[in-house]
Amino acid sequence: MALRVKALESLMVEKGLVDPAALDALVDHFEHKVGPRNGARVVARAWSDPAYRTRLLADATVAIAELGYAGGQGEHVVAVENTPSVHNLVVCTLCSCYPWPVLGLPPVWYKSAPYRARAVIDPRGVIAEFGTDLPEDVEVRVWDSTAEIRYLVIPRRPAGTEGLDEAALAALVTRDGMIGTALL
Amino acid sequence: MNGVHDMGGLENLGPIAPEPDEPVFHTAWEARVHALTVASPTRRNIDEGRHQRELIPGPQYLAMSYYEKWFTALCALLVKHGHATPHEIAAGKAAPDSPKAEPLLTAAVVAERMGRAGSYVREAAAPQFAVGDTVKTRQLNPHGHTRLPRYARGRQGVIVATHGAHVFPDSHAHGQGEDPRPLYTVRFPARELWGEAANPKDSVRLDLWEPYLERS
Repeated sequence: MALRVKALESLMVEKGLVDPAALDALVDHFEHKVGPRNGARVVARAWSDPAYRTRLLADATVAIAELGYAGGQGEHVVAVENTPSVHNLVVCTLCSCYPWPVLGLPPVWYKSAPYRARAVIDPRGVIAEFGTDLPEDVEVRVWDSTAEIRYLVIPRRPAGTEGLDEAALAALVTRDGMIGTALL
Repeated sequence: MNGVHDMGGLENLGPIAPEPDEPVFHTAWEARVHALTVASPTRRNIDEGRHQRELIPGPQYLAMSYYEKWFTALCALLVKHGHATPHEIAAGKAAPDSPKAEPLLTAAVVAERMGRAGSYVREAAAPQFAVGDTVKTRQLNPHGHTRLPRYARGRQGVIVATHGAHVFPDSHAHGQGEDPRPLYTVRFPARELWGEAANPKDSVRLDLWEPYLERS
């Protein structure tokens, strides 16, 4: 594959279809500028600032942009909040839709056939494989990202974190917690 | 198209295998395929790109890695739109008389462009449905691109959110314009989709365009 990709890049550069420096900048962007740390900041802000939480749940695209995150695959973001009685899980059964500006590019398992296939029919089994047995009386809401709306799960704030500042809270937030396969 | 990409509800496709400390890209070529796809003039139509990946024949679709699919689809789109020939792609060299284009994306604008919020919302006719309406998905089996998964066809649900009119992939993927249609989030009880064995509290929510829906 490496040789075939190299040949394609050479061709596209030669034809003026892409700028090689732009490719370098794109790789840098997706390796270093976006990722779950962005989403973790959003979640930590929502946990610490009730007014921000309200804005995030009302219009996540705008609230996320307040923290400087926007762009492709984050055009229309909806934040869904886990509570003691509701657990949210995000999937894209048809391809690999994922909120790039706040979570970065998705991990291989999220894009894989077994996750895409099972998340909608057996969400509790999938979540159990990730380490959590959800009680029967917790409502599970699965969000299948079939359009250009991207979903960000706001995990429940762990107990005993009352004294922590936003940076310390953000360090507790995991990627899987914001997809909904894990609890914090 | 009833392809293998539409896999919601299947089982026995193997284990879900999370990788600890997974890198963003596993190889340098994966990163280049991602960047080439995002920078390519063919990226202007994201729906066509998705459909091109769906067109990879089922057995290959299931066997290929994610970025092998992206590479395959990118090559196909470049040929489809006349940007390159299969011979040029195999050779990695432009034909002598090949025209020279101007890249859409330069390094100078990547940061600004990647951080810019676009929108798929367009002006269109008022929506027929409102939050709280009960709807049924149509039993559609189009041969082209669609975002109505098979597992949710012919099922009853309730509108839980409206999103204005969005670019309609079923038209846009096929070069038929943006054809914006009202978009809704529809809640389907898990039992409506999967039968009585499902937890009665659970639901699956999908974002569905008005042409997929009828009043119930």
